[in-house]
Amino acid sequence: MSQADLAMERVSPHSAGAHGAGVMEESPFAIPSSKLVMWLFIISDACTFGAMLFAYGYIRNSAADWPQVFESASIWNSLLMTFILVSTSLTVLFAVKAAQSEDRAGAFLWTMITAAGGILFTLLHIREWLSLIGQGARLFQNPWGAPLFGAAFFSITGLHMAHVVGGVIALIVVGLSYRSGRYAARHIEIWALYWHFVDLVWMFVVPLVYLLNMKR
Amino acid sequence: MSQASTSGRMTSTYLVYGAILVIAIVQVIAAMAMGPSLWRMLLLAAIQAYLAVMFFMHLRDEKLTLRLALIPGTLFVLVMMNMIWADSFRLAVMKPFAK
Repeated sequence: MSQADLAMERVSPHSAGAHGAGVMEESPFAIPSSKLVMWLFIISDACTFGAMLFAYGYIRNSAADWPQVFESASIWNSLLMTFILVSTSLTVLFAVKAAQSEDRAGAFLWTMITAAGGILFTLLHIREWLSLIGQGARLFQNPWGAPLFGAAFFSITGLHMAHVVGGVIALIVVGLSYRSGRYAARHIEIWALYWHFVDLVWMFVVPLVYLLNMKR
Repeated sequence: MSQASTSGRMTSTYLVYGAILVIAIVQVIAAMAMGPSLWRMLLLAAIQAYLAVMFFMHLRDEKLTLRLALIPGTLFVLVMMNMIWADSFRLAVMKPFAK
C-alpha cells in the first residue's frame, strides 16, 4: 500500500484503521443490523417451514388412504402445548420490557421462565411422539394407512421441536449473559423475536397437522 | 417511553394474548363440531399469525420500509409454492405420465 493510500486510510472515517467513534453507517430501516439479521433469518425459516408444510400437503393430497390418527386426547394435548407456547411468548415480552427498563434481574427471571416453558413444551411433545411410536408409527410405515404419514408428521414436528430446543438454549445463554452485563437489552429483544417466530410456526402446525388428521 | 404508552402497550399485549388463545380454542372446537376444514383452519391461523407478527414481534411499530422489505417477498415465495398442487392431483388419480 502506498504512502498516499495509507494517508487516505487514516483520514477516511469508514476505514478499519480509523477510530472514528460515532462515525458509523446508519442502521438499515432504523433498526440495529443484528435485529435485521434476525428478521432475515425469520423470513428464510418461514419459507423453510412453508416448504415442509406444502410438501406434507402434497403427500397427503396424493395419498388415497391418508390416516386420521389423532384421538381427542392428542388434540387437547396439542391445545395445552399451544397454551404453553403462547404464554411463553408473553413471558418473553415481559423479559424484553424488563431489559428495556434496565431491570437485569427481572429480565433474567422472565427469560428463564420462558426457557422453562419451552422445556415443558418439548417434554409434552416427546411424550406425544413416544405414544405414537408405541402404537407402531415409524418414518415409513404405520398401522393406519399411507406409509409417509410418519415421515411427514415426525419431520415437521421434529424440525419445530429442534427450533424450540435451540431457542431454549439461546434464551438461557442470552439471559445469563445479560444478567452478567455482557449483553445488552437488544440481545434479549432479538431472541424474543426468534421465540415469537417459533410460536408462530406452531400456530400453523396445529391446525394443518393435528386438526386435519383428527380421528372422526 | 412514557408510563401511559407503556401501560397502553401492555394492555394491547394482553388482549392479543387472549385473542390468540381464543382463536386456538375456536379452531379445536370448530374442528370437532363441524369437521376440520382446510380454509377455516388456514384463515384462523393467518389471523393468529398477523396478531403475533404485528403485536408480539412489534412489526407494527417498525418503519414501513422494513415491513415492505420483509412481508411481500415472503408471502410471494409462500404463494408460489402452491404450484405443486397440480402434480399432487395428477398423482392422486394415478396418472404418472402426461398425455
